Parts: sequence; structure tokens; C-alpha cells
Amino acid sequence: MSDIHARRRGGFLENTLEGLRLAMERALYAETSASRSGLLQGVDPRVKTAGLLALVISVALAARLWTIAAVLLLAVALALLSAIPLRLVASRAWMGALFFSGMIAAPALFLTPGTSLYGLPITLQGARTAGFLVLRAEAAATLMLLLVYTTPWAHVLKALRIFRVPVVFVVILGMTCRYILVMLETAHEMFESRKSRTVNAMTAAEQRRLAVSGSGVLLGKTMQLSGEVYLAMQARGFRGEVFLLEDFRMKRTDWFALAGFAVAASLFIWAGR
Amino acid sequence: MLFELEHLTYQYEGVTAVDDLSLAIPEGSRVALLGANGSGKSTLLRLFDGLIFGQGGVAWFRGQELSEEHLGDDAFALPFRRTVGIVFQNPDVQLFNPTVFDEVAFGPLQMCWPKIEIRERTAEILERLRISHLKDRVPHRLSGGEKKRVALASVLVLDPAVLLLDEPTASLDPRSQSEVIDLLVEWGGGAKAVITATHDLGDLEDIADRCFVLDRGRLVAEGSPDEILKDRELLQRTNLVHQHRHRHPTGELHSHPHVHGAK
Repeated sequence: MSDIHARRRGGFLENTLEGLRLAMERALYAETSASRSGLLQGVDPRVKTAGLLALVISVALAARLWTIAAVLLLAVALALLSAIPLRLVASRAWMGALFFSGMIAAPALFLTPGTSLYGLPITLQGARTAGFLVLRAEAAATLMLLLVYTTPWAHVLKALRIFRVPVVFVVILGMTCRYILVMLETAHEMFESRKSRTVNAMTAAEQRRLAVSGSGVLLGKTMQLSGEVYLAMQARGFRGEVFLLEDFRMKRTDWFALAGFAVAASLFIWAGR
Repeated sequence: MLFELEHLTYQYEGVTAVDDLSLAIPEGSRVALLGANGSGKSTLLRLFDGLIFGQGGVAWFRGQELSEEHLGDDAFALPFRRTVGIVFQNPDVQLFNPTVFDEVAFGPLQMCWPKIEIRERTAEILERLRISHLKDRVPHRLSGGEKKRVALASVLVLDPAVLLLDEPTASLDPRSQSEVIDLLVEWGGGAKAVITATHDLGDLEDIADRCFVLDRGRLVAEGSPDEILKDRELLQRTNLVHQHRHRHPTGELHSHPHVHGAK
């Protein structure tokens, strides 16, 4: 293999293209996952939305760490029963939630006054506060991931409208999903085109310049294209309301699921007081 | 009159796309808007469809003003959207649903048709465009030709009386181009109006009986396809034809105006 090829493999452009390809696959994965057969996939979207939100509320209200951990365990069990691999939950919910909530919670470890933990410069009270924040974020992220990965996106939006979530909010959510795909596709084409015109490996300065100029162009292109998407929706009569061909009909199993969610959320709220 | 424009002007961020344009399109017409890239054809189609509104002048649809206020009123907007359909040049902007079937059913759902009718009509139009086999596919992962057909189906499903087409055969292979043109000629029948923005003169006589030639947002000529195609000076001036140079086997260099898309 030539030196150029050896250097180019794993280069900036290749890594960016691979990253964009993976991001597109991830964005499209939810629809595939929602059409699989699994426990939550078979539940009415309204029940799922209300039930999982009720569990998120129970997590937010919990004053005991073990109840939050119990909700997280329940969410993990639901994921397994809904054919969602734990590896996927870890990479798409847990890592992100840990990173962002960890960044916020970390100072509490050192700054909260209290008893020193094992002689370290962190306190027991600080660890408890940080634990609450991180566990709450992990549990809520897992529950929301379950909703998105077991329900077609259009069904989630319709369920939100049934719960009287304002049209503007639902439209923005719906458009965001499409715009992310538009942006990823545009970025992929841009970097592919750049790759086709690149012979030698890029220097660090060139990579930085490309990243900055690419971001600017991408933003402009995406805004233009997404504006056109919205016009195309309007042209076919879209006024913000979400309509679906499938009617939501409660089956007996949905009533059981609703009761199950209600009991679980009530128990966690009561136990977590 | 189906559409009437009076001194209509539209600017994008200071750039004039439609400049003091006045024209009238009668009911049931098959019209071609001709012009090179940037002549204002696409903008004009969007103005006809009430998706954007001019900063100056007035646009009328069957005697009613196409204004933001009217289009914001469901009593006017819904029948208008049912009557006037637009197919965008880039099919990607028209595909935003999870499956092809959902994509085609999107318009009828917005019109609140009965669901049984939506299913039947959607299946029928997919069959007619020979894309039934794609019904469960993700639209934005299809090939260019397939995307165009789905975009067409998503508009034709509403059976609009007025069809606005922005470069309907752009980026299609020759066979798909011919199929799309055949479909539009067949679909248009006699009672429907079809307004096509194009710079492809090859199929002009099939798709239009009236032409408007635009240049930098201004109307520079109007006539039958035959009249327009015969006016070589006009076509060259508006960049619709170019001087094509080639060498004959005898070695002689020859040049003549070339009509883009000519059969």
C-alpha cells in the first residue's frame, strides 16, 4: 500500500464521513426498532407516552436514591423485553447523560459541606447530591429512549397532540427530526465532494479551516433546504396538526399496560417521598 | 382567469427574482414557463402556489387574492391546497414521511378525507405510477427517479385541478423523463391546468400550448410553443439555446444553435 493511502486511511475527511454515515444510521434506527415485535412496541402510543412520562415524574420527585435506581432497573428490564440492546441504551442514553449531568454534578462532590468520604477531598453529602443528579438524568434519558425507540416518530407526535401539547411545539419537534436527516445528508455530500478533490493528506490547519468553513456552508444549505421542506409540507395542506392513517385503539393489553404504569409510578412516588 | 398577476415583484434578500410581472393564465391551460437558471421560474411557481407572497403587486387565483391573510384562513386554504398541487424540482424536499405509503397519504390526511378513501386512493396512485413495490420503503433512501415518482404521486393523489411542476424531468434518465412526460400528458386530460417551469425545450409541444419566457424575473415573450421555438434570436438571448460547435468527419468545423433537450 502506498504511503499516501496509508496516511489517508483514518484521516480527517474519512473519519468525518464515517461519523456522518453512523449518525444517519442512528437517526434511521428508531423507525426500524419501533417496527420490531417487543413488549413496548405493542402498547398504544398514548399509554406509552403517558406511562413513561409518569415514571419520569416519579424520578424527578424521588427523595431516595434507591427508588431512582429501581426506576432505572425497571427501564432496563423494559428495554430488554422490547428488543432494545443494552449496548445501544448505554451508548445513546447513559454515556450522554453521564457526561452532561456529570459535568454539572462534579463540583458538588467537592463543594458541598459535610463528612469527608474515605479521607478523599469529597464529601458524603456531595456524593449523594451528585448521585441524585446523575441517576435522575440516567433514568429519565433511558425512559425517553424507550419511548422513541419503540414508537414511530409520527405516533409520538400524535400522542403529544392528544395530550394537548401546543401545535407549535409538536411541529418544531417533527421538523427537527427531518432537518437532522437533511443536515446529515447535506454534510455527507459536502464531505464526499471534498474527498473526491483531495489527493494528499490534509494538514491540521487545513482540517480546521475545512471544519469551520464546512460548518458555515452546511448551516446555510440546511436552512435553505429545511425552509423548502416546510413549504412542501404547507403546499400539501399541512397546518401544524398531525394526522395518521392508523387510529389509536385501546386493546385489553393497553388497559393492563396503563394500569401497570399507573401502579408503578404511584408506588415509586410514594416510596420515594 | 385561473391565475392573474399584476405588476408582481418578489425579492430574496435584496435580489429581485420576479420583477414587475403581469400575466394571465386561463382555466384549463397547459403553460410552460421558460427561462434559464435564475430567471425566476421557480419563484413564480411558489407565488402561484401561495407559498410566498410578492412585496409588490397582486396575484389572483380565480378572482381571489393570493395573500398571506387568505392562505392563513382554512376556509380558503384547504380548497386551494386541494385544487393546486406543486411538484418541487428537488424531490428530497417533498419527502419527509417514514414510508412511501405515508408520504403519498400525507396530503389526503391533511384534507381530512375518510381513511378508507385515503388508503384506496393511495394504493391506486402508487399502482398507476408503478411504485407499489416501494410502498414500505423509506422515501429519502430511494433512487433519484424513484424519488421523483413518489413526489409526483404525493401530489397527484389529491387529483388537483391545477398542477405546478418545477423542472419535472430534471436529473432523470431518458427513459424516466419520457415516462414522466407521458404520465403528465395523459394525466392532464383536457380539463386540468398544468404549469411547467422548464428550460428543456425538447418536450415543449407535448406539455404546453402556451409559453411565457422569463429573463431575470421579467416576462420577455409570450406565444405558442411553435412561435417560441421558431424565434432563435429570443432563445439565444435568454440562454435557452446555445451555440453548439462540432467537427465533421471531413474535418470541417461547424456551429449551430443547440436546443437543449431536443429529440
